[in-house]
Amino acid sequence: MKGWRCAAVVTLLMLVSAVTDPQQRLLFAEEVSSQPSETASASVAVLSIEQALLGIQSDDAAVRQASATFLIEKGDAGLIPKLDDIRAEGSRIVRQTIKPVVDLLKNKANLTNESPDFRRSAAADLALTGRVEAIPYLKEAADKEDVWWVRYTMEESWHLLELNSDDPAVRLEAVKKLGELRSLNSLSTLKELIEAGEQSEATEQQKELAAAGRAAVERIETWSMWAGVLETLFRGISLSSILLIMSLGLAIVFGLMGVINMAHGELMMIGAYATYVTQQAFIAWFSPDVFDWYFPAALPVAFLTAAAVGWVLEATVIRFLYGRLLETLLATWGISLILMQAARVYFGDLTAVIAPQALRGGAQVMVGVYLPYNRIFIIVLSIVCVVGVYYLLFRSNLGMRVRAVTQNRNMSACLGIPTRKVDSYTFAFASGLAGVAGWALTMVGNVDPGLGQNYIVDSFMVVVTGGVGKLAGTIWASLGIGGLNKVIEPFTGAVYGKVFILLGVILFLQWRPSGLFAAKGRSADA
Amino acid sequence: MPEPMRSPQDSRETWPFYSAVALFLIVLPLLNVLPPEDSWLHLSDFRLNQFGKFLCFAILAIGLDLTWGYCGVLSLGQGVFFGFGAYCMGMYLALQIGKESVYGSDLPDFMVWTQVKELPWFWVPFKSFWAGLLGAILVPVLFATIFGFLAFRSRIKGVYFAIITQALAFAAWLVFNRNETRLGGTNGLTDFKQILGFRLSDPSTQRGLYILTVLALIGAYLLCRWIVESRTGKVLVAIRDSESRVVFSGYTPWVYKLFVFVVAAGLAGLAGLLYVPQVGIITPAQIGVLPSLEVVIWVAVGGRGTLVGAVLGAVTVNYGRSVLTNYFPEAWPFILGGLFVVVVTMFPDGLIGILRKLFSGGPPAPGLAVQKAQGGS
Repeated sequence: MKGWRCAAVVTLLMLVSAVTDPQQRLLFAEEVSSQPSETASASVAVLSIEQALLGIQSDDAAVRQASATFLIEKGDAGLIPKLDDIRAEGSRIVRQTIKPVVDLLKNKANLTNESPDFRRSAAADLALTGRVEAIPYLKEAADKEDVWWVRYTMEESWHLLELNSDDPAVRLEAVKKLGELRSLNSLSTLKELIEAGEQSEATEQQKELAAAGRAAVERIETWSMWAGVLETLFRGISLSSILLIMSLGLAIVFGLMGVINMAHGELMMIGAYATYVTQQAFIAWFSPDVFDWYFPAALPVAFLTAAAVGWVLEATVIRFLYGRLLETLLATWGISLILMQAARVYFGDLTAVIAPQALRGGAQVMVGVYLPYNRIFIIVLSIVCVVGVYYLLFRSNLGMRVRAVTQNRNMSACLGIPTRKVDSYTFAFASGLAGVAGWALTMVGNVDPGLGQNYIVDSFMVVVTGGVGKLAGTIWASLGIGGLNKVIEPFTGAVYGKVFILLGVILFLQWRPSGLFAAKGRSADA
Repeated sequence: MPEPMRSPQDSRETWPFYSAVALFLIVLPLLNVLPPEDSWLHLSDFRLNQFGKFLCFAILAIGLDLTWGYCGVLSLGQGVFFGFGAYCMGMYLALQIGKESVYGSDLPDFMVWTQVKELPWFWVPFKSFWAGLLGAILVPVLFATIFGFLAFRSRIKGVYFAIITQALAFAAWLVFNRNETRLGGTNGLTDFKQILGFRLSDPSTQRGLYILTVLALIGAYLLCRWIVESRTGKVLVAIRDSESRVVFSGYTPWVYKLFVFVVAAGLAGLAGLLYVPQVGIITPAQIGVLPSLEVVIWVAVGGRGTLVGAVLGAVTVNYGRSVLTNYFPEAWPFILGGLFVVVVTMFPDGLIGILRKLFSGGPPAPGLAVQKAQGGS
């Protein structure tokens, strides 16, 4: 009777904690399966699926268990509806018996699913059931698998399941193999084995297992440390590229035009909302098949909308303020307040964009290192933008005019360069870049009126640290600040990380008062 | 130089000064006390308290005007110094609550619910009123000295300085919002009961605080006026208009800049100190990036480079805000943003400049014309 109560309690626990906690699922599986099955397999023989389906509803624990085992071995996903029907009507004990059967069969079917993600999660789920019956499926599926990451998970899962095996040799082999696989998921189980081996009443086998476990754990932990370093590096680069893509436009208007554009963040917000509106337009007017095309379509929309707003700003406000840096800062801050409130009133507080299929998920480049596609996308985009800006400024006609006007406005005008036009084009282009940044940021966050404010202080730090008007400075500064931020964050938390970065920037400016790449000569003190 | 430099000590600033003193120190309190409650002349306790708040902001604005209007150093982090002062006073007031608090503990309420058993060490001195008073001035002064020393000595100036101070405001806001700094987190410090034994809910206490605020404002004004009229004041304006020439004339501009920055920080602390008992709450929301920028717009609206302008701007903008947010709560950010744009592009001399043109047809405020002609700031 005690066993029943125990099983019931465990089931309850399991229902509460759903499928998330592997520990409890293992416990549950052992509880239900191990005690009756030893007696069952000998005395009861189940011959066909039909018989098993009847047998599973039997009052006799042995018959039920044998039927379940038979169904797991021979059944397929086609049985799931029938089993669900039985489960819906059956008593609690029958439901408890059927539940793992259904789970296993579902996952078995998913092992041959078209989507690698489904196959992988099925393999991972099978490891959590703790049923040794699943090992043959996994081995079979792994043989046919082409995606290495899915195959890896399958191997990991069956070795994890082998830890539950009765044969000590198999268990020992599994422990060693898990170490070789650098299986992060096995860490907790392996540590339990080590603990078991350290107890005074441990058997020789347990001790041997523990020794192998220690070696495996050490291997896994070293590996995961390096994987952690790599991931931190990636996160740093990813943040840097976001900062870079934002600071580019800022650096252009600051460095070339002498305008501090506090509304840059809001131009980004406009780009993000343009993306959102394009998405809504696709939902309203086009068939769902082409939905994913909204994202590329939104790129010109975002660029042009932000550029148009920038052009209007330049024509109505900024042009009265050239040469008065602090005034541009204040006026554009006012504009940013207006734009932000306008977005809040018109769009409400929070909206989000659905990422296109191609940018969802991520790439598992090696064990323990997972790189989300949207982050990779932003890194690539920032590189494209830098190259684009470089070519535009230093290899094109327009760029030459922009630089000429920066160096000597009057002389340029004398030589026939339309300086007013150059001003408004440059500002519109920088605003368009902000729009592109906003377009990209919809992939990593929500679209809300405060979107620009989240990053504006950081990106100004980048511009100040990098030095005015130097592309290289902006690039190095964003790499430095973004990377440092992610390196400090694990130790201090996000808030103090930011504070330390600020202190770092102030101290850095002690050493280099006008940034990494300072303008030299007479123009330096403008 | 296109016109002889004129300091604001000439008679043009005396009559607004005396009329302001008469209005705030005598007329408003009398309107509060003398007329019967239902008379149209009566100024309610709430309104008087509100003016007290605006005058605290005016002290804050005068400090910024001294650094920005006279010395050309735009600090976007004045809210931080204001916050330091306010929190110092707030800590004293929070400890005065004593057993009257919701939980009946000697510790402030937020410590009870964040499981702090003992008063943190930096709270202990604030059991005394004098520590609260001195701390509210000295903490911002000390902090500004260190920060300003680092910034000015390495010649971080102009817009770089503005951006750095803005980042400072952002960082301070982040830190004050944390619970583990033991300053009440997002909720800040509030629910104060008494100051030096006077009940804060008592209208006469509030009236006293109001009078004190007016006196402090007069003191701050006179101090700043004394500074700008002295030789130092001349150097300050010179630094604003052409720092390089000041260097070449043998001065060390960073010392002057540091000096006005520290004075402004002290005034901000004083403003915070007076603000807390009158408003009854201080939260991190009052020290962030936007509140710090709002100080700038008060000064710009009033007219920078004129000390009276700072006071006028602070009172006008805040009064306008309190009226407008009542009727159109969503419109205020539009108005504030619009003010930034319009004042900066069209009325660089602010309200004072407009008033001057209307009344005397005289030239705009001193110095700004020079600055524009030179094209730098």
